[in-house]
Amino acid sequence: MSDAAIARLEHVSHRYGAVAALDDLSLDLPAGRMVGVIGPDGVGKSTLLALVAGVRRIQAGRVTVLGGDMAQRRHRTREAARIAYMPQGLGRNLYPTLSVFENIDFHGRLFGQGASERRRRITDLLTATGLDPFEDRPAGKLSGGMKQKLSLCCALIHDPDLLILDEPTTGVDPLSRGQFWELIGSIRAGRPGMSVIVATAYMDEASRFEWLIAMDDGHVIASGSPVDLLARTAKPDMEAAFIALLPPEKQAQHRPVVLKPRPPRLDAVPAIEAEHLTRRFGSFTAVDDVSFRIARGEIFGFLGSNGCGKSTTMKMLTGLLPVSEGSAKLFGHPVGDNDMETRRNVGYMSQAFSLYSELTVLQNLELHAQLYHLPPHDRPVRIKELLERYELEPVKNARPDSLPLGIKQRLQLAVAVLHRPAMLILDEPTSGVDPIARDAFWRTLIDLSRDEGVTIFLSTHFMNEAERCDRISLMHAGRVLAVGTPAELVRERGSSSLEQCFIDYLADAAGLDPKTAEKAGVETGEEAAAGPDAAPAPAPPRAVPHRHRFDPRRLWAYARRETMELLRDPIRIAFAFIGPILLMIAFGYGISFDVENLRFSAFDQDNTPESRQLVDAFTSSRYFSEQPPIRSATELDRRFRNGSVQIAVEIPPRFGRDLQSGRAPEVAVWLDGAMPFRAETSRGYVTGLANQYAHQLAVERLGTDAATTVSVETRFRYNQAFRSVNAMVPSVMMLLLILIPAIMSAIAVVREKETGSIANFRSTPVTKFEFLLGKQLPYIGIAMISFGLLVLVALFVFDVPVKGSFAALALGTLFYVSATTGFGQFISTFMKTQVAAVFATALLSIIPAVNFSGLLVPISSLSGSARLIGLSLPPAWYQPVTAGTFTKGLPFSELERNIVVLAGFALLFLILSQLLLRKQEA
Amino acid sequence: MAGPAQGAKPAQATGPARATAPAPLGFGTHVANVFRLIVKELRSIRADPVMLFLVVYAFTFAVHSVASGASTEVRNLTIGVVDEDRSDLSRQIVSAFNPPLVKSVVPLTPAEIDPAMDTGRLVFVIELPPRLQKDVLSGRPTQVQLGVDATAMTQAGNGSVYIQAIVAQEVARFAARSDLTDTAPVQVVTRAKFNPNLQTSWFTSVMQVINNITLLTVILTGAALIREREQGTVEHLLVMPLVPVEIMLAKVIANGLVILVGAGLSLVVVVEGWLGVPIAGSIPLFLFGAGLYALAVAALGILLGTIASSMGQFGLLVIPILLLMQLLSGSSTPMESMPFWLQIVVQTVSPTPHFVALAQAVLYRGAGLSVVWPQLLALTALGSVYFAFALARFRRVIFGV
Repeated sequence: MSDAAIARLEHVSHRYGAVAALDDLSLDLPAGRMVGVIGPDGVGKSTLLALVAGVRRIQAGRVTVLGGDMAQRRHRTREAARIAYMPQGLGRNLYPTLSVFENIDFHGRLFGQGASERRRRITDLLTATGLDPFEDRPAGKLSGGMKQKLSLCCALIHDPDLLILDEPTTGVDPLSRGQFWELIGSIRAGRPGMSVIVATAYMDEASRFEWLIAMDDGHVIASGSPVDLLARTAKPDMEAAFIALLPPEKQAQHRPVVLKPRPPRLDAVPAIEAEHLTRRFGSFTAVDDVSFRIARGEIFGFLGSNGCGKSTTMKMLTGLLPVSEGSAKLFGHPVGDNDMETRRNVGYMSQAFSLYSELTVLQNLELHAQLYHLPPHDRPVRIKELLERYELEPVKNARPDSLPLGIKQRLQLAVAVLHRPAMLILDEPTSGVDPIARDAFWRTLIDLSRDEGVTIFLSTHFMNEAERCDRISLMHAGRVLAVGTPAELVRERGSSSLEQCFIDYLADAAGLDPKTAEKAGVETGEEAAAGPDAAPAPAPPRAVPHRHRFDPRRLWAYARRETMELLRDPIRIAFAFIGPILLMIAFGYGISFDVENLRFSAFDQDNTPESRQLVDAFTSSRYFSEQPPIRSATELDRRFRNGSVQIAVEIPPRFGRDLQSGRAPEVAVWLDGAMPFRAETSRGYVTGLANQYAHQLAVERLGTDAATTVSVETRFRYNQAFRSVNAMVPSVMMLLLILIPAIMSAIAVVREKETGSIANFRSTPVTKFEFLLGKQLPYIGIAMISFGLLVLVALFVFDVPVKGSFAALALGTLFYVSATTGFGQFISTFMKTQVAAVFATALLSIIPAVNFSGLLVPISSLSGSARLIGLSLPPAWYQPVTAGTFTKGLPFSELERNIVVLAGFALLFLILSQLLLRKQEA
Repeated sequence: MAGPAQGAKPAQATGPARATAPAPLGFGTHVANVFRLIVKELRSIRADPVMLFLVVYAFTFAVHSVASGASTEVRNLTIGVVDEDRSDLSRQIVSAFNPPLVKSVVPLTPAEIDPAMDTGRLVFVIELPPRLQKDVLSGRPTQVQLGVDATAMTQAGNGSVYIQAIVAQEVARFAARSDLTDTAPVQVVTRAKFNPNLQTSWFTSVMQVINNITLLTVILTGAALIREREQGTVEHLLVMPLVPVEIMLAKVIANGLVILVGAGLSLVVVVEGWLGVPIAGSIPLFLFGAGLYALAVAALGILLGTIASSMGQFGLLVIPILLLMQLLSGSSTPMESMPFWLQIVVQTVSPTPHFVALAQAVLYRGAGLSVVWPQLLALTALGSVYFAFALARFRRVIFGV
């Protein structure tokens, strides 16, 4: 094996805001080896790996990988096909709704592999990992261990030369963990040239690696082979060695955990008594017939992988989840029937940090003190006591977000014990906490148990913590495999260690003989090892470099995957198809400028034939609905006030006589001005009626000659009936076809950022153009389908036909939705979360589409900046297309210019997104 | 709890147990719990600068810009004139089209009419016929054609009334100068109550405040619940001696309160002060109605927060619903313009139209309790139904999944 470096870092620093993740780091990672990067959470391991993988932008310093500078894009694009990167988190680079096969298949397509090659490789990988029976299972429904194996398959599909794994085994049960490492081992045996870099927080895994890099606080504190590090520190295990390698001031904080004997006591009633507890979620049984008893003052540990039912059992005991079957008793009382007394006796700490990050440390403590009804005089005393005891005094006015995980966990514990519960239920309280803080945490737990007789029920996946418990229970797939003291369990199985003991139990549960289980792992591994080698590779792995700037297969891979995901997400599908139809109906009916059924009443103080004739002129109008007459000025006032009258004509006394004598009496018409548009329109009606009435009078009295000589003949073009919907429906189509497609496509990109699958875009040879267009195409398709639906709604619900060129409408729409989906992608390049993307896109599309594109005010009436904003966005160019084809009956030729401009917008947004989207993370 | 430790330190071990208060679970405890949770909610809101900014912005600048921007007032008309008469009268008519009513008058030939209207360059075209002036002078009836692009709904109807009036007025004035006195037998004077000059801003500003109440209450409350679910803090609340209805009430009241204060200030400071819109009725009565309304829509926010499992889904869910509620509430266009069946549906399902009716009655027309009690009753009824439904979902989702 060559000792050349596969990666070299020189003076690399990396900051996130004020926090330095890496601080002037220089380091060589040897080639052809399995290199382990060890250290607790938050020391910069992930940043280091991401920089080497090229998925993060280098801020300062130089990173050389595979003989080239990773700051150069050309080198990165060339070498991307030789590097495989598996991000941190269970299945972060997987798509949960896609099946096992589809996930690997997608990755294969990204590397331009043909159908038969993919099929062969996938079969090989699935057989090697033992995932072959689950080929059609959605990735989201796999256990943690299986997810990680699948992630590994995805990473290995293209035979990389450098495999980078970021905490691949965190949260995975020990058996699967063992299998995982066996698998890696055998793959390496088959490809000896491959270099592997692994980050891990489990110190006990460190001895598996050939080369170790120990990190703390953005610095490398030691590197060398595991044997070498143990020898250097003269410690028996890696955890102790790691503590010994820490700077002296940190070591000074460390005191070893001393187990105190548990005082004997009379256990008349157990603290917890679970009998045949079962919990189902639909057809899935999360907890299956679990029984155990925990004595008072005992420290009882639950050991098991993520998703094995630990948290569910704990939630049932706290009453957070109802029990499907069986019973649970706390201190002899059944749990679950809203028993406030039981709740007072329990302190609970959930798996993730779950205090209010927006409240300060002190405010969090105060809130809990109040809600647990500590007597007011006791509260400050108790809080002060806790602040001191858990060393929170210096940070009491800080918000938890700004604190390290270790301190946050102390705060959670302080909150959990605040009301002096007789029992603590702690769900993985030390996950991700560094060894020193973890030991400090355990010292407080032991004090609580031994000195105050508090019963502690906790879950963990650290073996050395399990060994500190009075008794433990091994859990797997919802079942308890064994219960007993750690020593008893090891003795019973005759295992070498607690971990081995657990693995034996797991193998038993899986129906494997422990010996063969081990062997099976090796054998399948050997098969895998044989796989890539024996397979008649169509070309040597190195010879499939990334040649083309553009590869339609990768584009298609993204388009295909996006479509599959979308079709399996009911909320997004509903939003895409039902949303526009509902909104179209709402807009069509809701935005109406038809003013009809105005409540009209007459205040006739004259009551002569002349006045009645005038009133008749009003009541005969189809716009007015006549109400009982008004009899007094106060009644007029009152009826307007309560809204029972919207328009009233007030005829003065002596009206008839004045009219007869030609004295032109004055008639007042009152309008309800509360809604100005309605009042304005009614004023128009009144003016028309008054003119008509005057004309009629003049004809009657003076003959036709003296009648008004000039009449204005109004012709409403395009919409003779002057129906609001005829005008609204086309405009609303314009609004909906920007709103919904833009939001959908914005979410499509931001979603990947949130779930982490964007890592696949960053670590594979797919180009920005392929990624963007590939993700855009399905949304263009969906938008065109909803366009079709909207046309049907227009035709059959609103009776608005397409009078002009349907070809112009369809082509214009195609370019328009290309532009609006592009607009959404453009916005998504700035956004980090899905909510922000939804609301920002909604605001940015609704405002111009409603105000500056001819929906409310015709573009010709706009001026200045409003006109400019309008014309610089697609809606203003599309509105004439919909209005033109639906109502104006225009032919294709009249709309050519608009269609060309829309196509230009589609191109423009694609180019803008291409410029703004970053292939690397900041 | 019995003394758990009879071993090492009995005093310390039993001491804590006694210090825990006995279990008072009367009405007073519930009220105290709700009160404390409200304080917590208010602190959470205060600690979220983005939301606070959104609330402040929505109630100040957004109200102002909507009121002074979007307008359905008839102005900036674009008129094309085909003058085939070229007389004094025709020139007089053309010169009467002035800003702000008219933005531009474009002389046209008859052949240019169709293209100009097809492309939407002009919304109105007037054709003044040859011999117009001669016909007027000789008292012969004659016709002026006015073509209107009826796809421009906000302008077409009212704009054509204005144009007709201007033409009639100019003809009359011309005739008067020529000693052909126009004798109108009746003077019809129209007067608008509550908004004499029919300024759009009076309407849009107050409706914007109402829309903001709906929008912000739903988003704030729903987001507050989803945040607790995403962060897991709701579990923490549920292991404490609290019942779900306390948690929900606190959210509804705290968020409703913030919005109510915002709406009240917005009405007094921005609408009355900055925009100069007179408010006819009692602001306390309006705020009382707004309070009831906020409780109802906050319950809706909770309901949506239990349906969506993430903030992203919440966003997708909430946008169409808010748009529907706003469009069909009578705050955009009159309720009477909707089909009758839709009015019934909307008024049965949504509290918004009742609140809009109440707000219009109180704020513009100065109506009192005697007028708006049916709306208050409807708000209470719908609010209770929403609340009960949301609580049921809240219980089921938080405990059941």
